[in-house]
Amino acid sequence: MSIRHGLLALLTAGPRYGYQLRAAFEESTGATWPLNIGQVYTTLSRLERDGLVRPLPEEDGGQRPYEITDAGRAEVERWFATAVTRTDRPRDELVIKLAIALTTPGVDVRTVVQTQRTATMRTLQELTRLKAGDAASDLSWRLVLDAMIFQAEAEVRWLDHCEASLTRHRPSPAAPEVAPAGHSEEADVS
Amino acid sequence: MNIPVLELREVRRVHGSGPTEVHALRGVSLAVSPGELVGIMGPSGSGKSTLLNLAGGLDAPTTGEVYVEGEHLGSMSRKRLAALRRRSVGYVFQDLNLLPSLTAAENGALPLELDGMSVRRARRAALAALSEMDMADHAGRFPDEMSGGQQQRVAIARALIGERRLVLADEPTGALDTRTGEAVLRLLRARVDAGAAGVLVTHEARHAAWADRVIFLRDGEIVDTSGPLATADDLLVR
Repeated sequence: MSIRHGLLALLTAGPRYGYQLRAAFEESTGATWPLNIGQVYTTLSRLERDGLVRPLPEEDGGQRPYEITDAGRAEVERWFATAVTRTDRPRDELVIKLAIALTTPGVDVRTVVQTQRTATMRTLQELTRLKAGDAASDLSWRLVLDAMIFQAEAEVRWLDHCEASLTRHRPSPAAPEVAPAGHSEEADVS
Repeated sequence: MNIPVLELREVRRVHGSGPTEVHALRGVSLAVSPGELVGIMGPSGSGKSTLLNLAGGLDAPTTGEVYVEGEHLGSMSRKRLAALRRRSVGYVFQDLNLLPSLTAAENGALPLELDGMSVRRARRAALAALSEMDMADHAGRFPDEMSGGQQQRVAIARALIGERRLVLADEPTGALDTRTGEAVLRLLRARVDAGAAGVLVTHEARHAAWADRVIFLRDGEIVDTSGPLATADDLLVR
């Protein structure tokens, strides 16, 4: 999971307090995925349970900084060496929506596609404006911004593809709109 | 707000007649104000390039009107229209139209000279535009001595030379790599932010995203528009 590994990787730079980890995480990712401090401490206690970090003696008004263990360093190395798989990705609502739209009577799929395209285009415009105004900001933030730009672009391209497929598609005789061959009149009436 | 730099009113364009009739545009209305960049997206054959040609006075509508800075193009003399195209409108088209017998600087300076500017001033303006595109070193080169990407940048420099009020771009990043392509869009954006009006035709969403408004064309009609985006002022009013 990204927060767990993200925080663990940040600890390779040296021991840190929870609030420092939170600030460093948000700084690296341009505050795209805001963390609450509770999440940070929950994650740290799980990492501690798994032997990947250990708390150091109290220093700063009752708070304890955390330090990465050797097992933790090995885990970070493994994380960076392994490709991310897409199986953990939550179900894509848009894909489900379009697939269902195709088989739902009375839904104009083209309109669904266009509504989404306009919305995604707007997101892309807003991201591009951020990027245009932020030319000099730090590299991590630019990479995060680019990732969001490429994802939005991919969605628009996929929607273009869906539309082209819809235009080419001719319902086959077995499609629901057309009475299947050999189907009796009586059955249709019932 | 100021009068639009470009305005299309119920523009239709039909190519051919009878059974071979093609309706390239079916009643498109559009206004582009100073400081505004409008993106046009749509599948091939949707009328994008026709729209751009009409906007630049390179083609005339079958019905409807096109205005540039409040002037009706259809009522202009040929001479007047040609002057407007040289002076007020900058074009960056897919085919670059660089003259092979002229250097990069001469290609840039020619429209200004035709317009009566002194050779020296025209050359200075051309060199300034070339250096904006990082092409100052190539001022003395002929088109066949440059790569496709370099020619593209010369064509863009030429389109942006002088006081262009309207910049029309058709896939302006065609032959360029991602980084140079982005530089072109930044430059176009900067020109528009400085007060020009821009129209950008592209099939790349990432490029269209530099626009304030994106218009979707389908079979010669506008089907949807994304934007305009909220400005800082809009957000304060809310």
